[in-house]
Amino acid sequence: MTSIYNFKRIAPVPESTDFLDIVLSKTQRKTPTVIHPGYKITRIRQFYMRKVKFTQETFDEKLRQILEEFPVLDNVHPFYADLMNVLYDKDHYKLALGQINTAKHLIDAVGKDYLRLLKFGDSLYRCKQLKRAALGRMATIMKRQKDSLSYLEQVRQHLARLPSIDPNTRTLIVCGYPNVGKSSFMNKVTRADVDVQPYAFTTKSLFVGHMDYKYLRWQVIDTPGILDHPLEERNTIEMQSITALAHLRAAVLFFVDLSEQCGYSIQDQMSLFASIKPLFANKPTLLVISKTDVCTLDAVRPEERQLVESACDSNVEMSQLSSYLDTGVIETRNLACDKLLLQRVEMKLKGNKVNSVLNKLNVAQPGRRDTVERPACIPTAVLERRSRQDAAMADGDDRPMLERDLEATNGGAGVYNIDLKKRYLLASDEWRHDVIPEIMNGKNVADFIDPDIEEKLAELEREEERLAAEGLYDSAEESEDEEERRIRDVAHRIRQRKQVIANESRVKDVNRATLTNKQKAAASAPEDFVNHLQQLGLDPEAAASTAQRIGRKRGRSESRDPAVLLARSSSLAARAVSTQRDRSTMGLKNARQKTVSDKKKLVSQRQMNLMARAGESDRKIGMKMPKHLVTGKRSIGTNDRR
Amino acid sequence: MRLEKCYFCSSTVYPGHGTMFVRNDGKSFRFCRSKCHRNFKMKRNPRKVRWTKAFRKAAGKEMAIDSTFEFEKRRNVPVRYDRDLMSTTIKAMKRVQEIRARRERAFFKQRMSGNKERERDLDIKEIQKSIHLISTPTIKNKEVQKASESSRQMDLD
Repeated sequence: MTSIYNFKRIAPVPESTDFLDIVLSKTQRKTPTVIHPGYKITRIRQFYMRKVKFTQETFDEKLRQILEEFPVLDNVHPFYADLMNVLYDKDHYKLALGQINTAKHLIDAVGKDYLRLLKFGDSLYRCKQLKRAALGRMATIMKRQKDSLSYLEQVRQHLARLPSIDPNTRTLIVCGYPNVGKSSFMNKVTRADVDVQPYAFTTKSLFVGHMDYKYLRWQVIDTPGILDHPLEERNTIEMQSITALAHLRAAVLFFVDLSEQCGYSIQDQMSLFASIKPLFANKPTLLVISKTDVCTLDAVRPEERQLVESACDSNVEMSQLSSYLDTGVIETRNLACDKLLLQRVEMKLKGNKVNSVLNKLNVAQPGRRDTVERPACIPTAVLERRSRQDAAMADGDDRPMLERDLEATNGGAGVYNIDLKKRYLLASDEWRHDVIPEIMNGKNVADFIDPDIEEKLAELEREEERLAAEGLYDSAEESEDEEERRIRDVAHRIRQRKQVIANESRVKDVNRATLTNKQKAAASAPEDFVNHLQQLGLDPEAAASTAQRIGRKRGRSESRDPAVLLARSSSLAARAVSTQRDRSTMGLKNARQKTVSDKKKLVSQRQMNLMARAGESDRKIGMKMPKHLVTGKRSIGTNDRR
Repeated sequence: MRLEKCYFCSSTVYPGHGTMFVRNDGKSFRFCRSKCHRNFKMKRNPRKVRWTKAFRKAAGKEMAIDSTFEFEKRRNVPVRYDRDLMSTTIKAMKRVQEIRARRERAFFKQRMSGNKERERDLDIKEIQKSIHLISTPTIKNKEVQKASESSRQMDLD
């Protein structure tokens, strides 16, 4: 439930200096800032006029916002108007708002004047001075509003913290002398957590709690304590209570402490009741006697009791409660709520709204149409079952046989297995417990289930016969003859050979030094040559003899393999293969010089070898990436080497 | 329990095997193995992947149109259990499978007919062209002669 009186949404009011800063910086941000004396004078004028106009409009907008947001005392509910009067002083408040309004008008007037003057500005300098003067005067006006603004800000902060009391809803007001147990009651009936202390004036302002009764929302207002003295002498705290009592149409619960623990005698409390009784006029009032755990009405002296009872008349009822023992609290609340509800209903009935509501209501009361009987229709099955049940009831067996009973008779849970198939509706009852095949030869049996399968199968058989007659299945067995097999065999061998060649060429690494054919021949073993010839189906002997005929004869060659001879004679005889020479003998005349140089070399290396140190001839890998040259910044020379 | 078909390769997926992927539109896909699942995830079309049943059927490599296929179907019509119907069904299943296997054999034979002649032609060409790879010139000449003779003879036939 949201109250219409929500003062939390009022925007904060800045201090006058802050106000100026806000407006002037906004002007600076939102208007152009660059101007030159060389510009056309119309443009210069326009530039400064825009600044003045913009500032004036910003001031206007901000001040109007303040004026609109703050509640006008004449327009709000009298309760709030009075409360604000008590809290902030009506005159002061009106004055502050009035001054803000005046300031707004003044600023508007200043803006208008200077705009008029700026129309006649004849140079940039003069226009600028006019603008300065305009803004300066506006600022001066604003500075004068310092007090009003700070006052309004304080009011705003206080207003935002006021409890949101809805003056028109169902309300209970709790009042009485200080320290008689008002806040304790409040805490009992609502979820508001009001501070309760054993001293007077613990509650210094109004508090609101909410509760539900008869599915309605109720607000309970806890008021500060009131003392018994004339209205003029009351302080602000008490005045808040008085305001609430005076303006809210609510049920009033006047608390009386008979034990006098609060520090005020019963006479005092009753005289307060009498003095503020005019405020309770037309309101359901309850005289609540609290702290009955300490002292009840029976325990007080007769004259005091007489005093209390005399206060109760037709309009005022008495109720007793103890917040400590939790007795009578709910009863008191219900009594107050009922009385208030009753009164509100009465008030509504008196108003003229009632008729419009009554016009909308219509309670239909159907009458008897004719003499025909139209009883309820009960199916025969239901009737039969009922009669059977009645019979069973008469026998003492009041319910049919259930699956549960079956289970119990057949060994109980865990032993008895429920037969889910027993109610299957099949053509023959024998079939109920058949094991239904699901899968056969990698097929789902369910996919073949078809009521017309026999006809379809017969159709298929007929088709099959027809196809067989047409000769679909006749196969001419083809036999291979000798010739064909030979061709196939040779072709197969050719293909194999091709495969081998392809594989060999694939293995060849092009990126490597390859031997020339002659070198290969020299490197190959004699058997390779013989094998090759044999593979080709040639006789190696014939080749050998040919080779012998052509080739040179050498000393021991008679004993050698003719194939080797052939190879040698064909390849090596033609040209010698170049070989690498020994470099250690280069530049030396003879063997003696060689021995001398070897010795000298040994001697020179001896010391080095003894110390096991790296010599100049040792392989050495220098630093590849010297750290001092590759680390550090690479931009403009923190590293001086670069 | 049912035997499902693999979405990709159409092989039979037995209970407890393979994977199922349920797309967020509710369509479910069964896969017989991770190979099929992976291919599906690569968004391959089973009709264009040569090793699937779908390809083989689409490319005419297997019998695709036949009356025996009419027997195995998801009919989605509930039929109340009947022992006699069940026994006829099982008999029919066996018979249908027999006929189907026979027709498939005939189909294969039909498809392969003519291969022999083509292969022999290729063989003869191969011999004429590259006999030198396995033989010396003398043998080569002999072979080539023989091959051409036989091809001539075949032409006469």
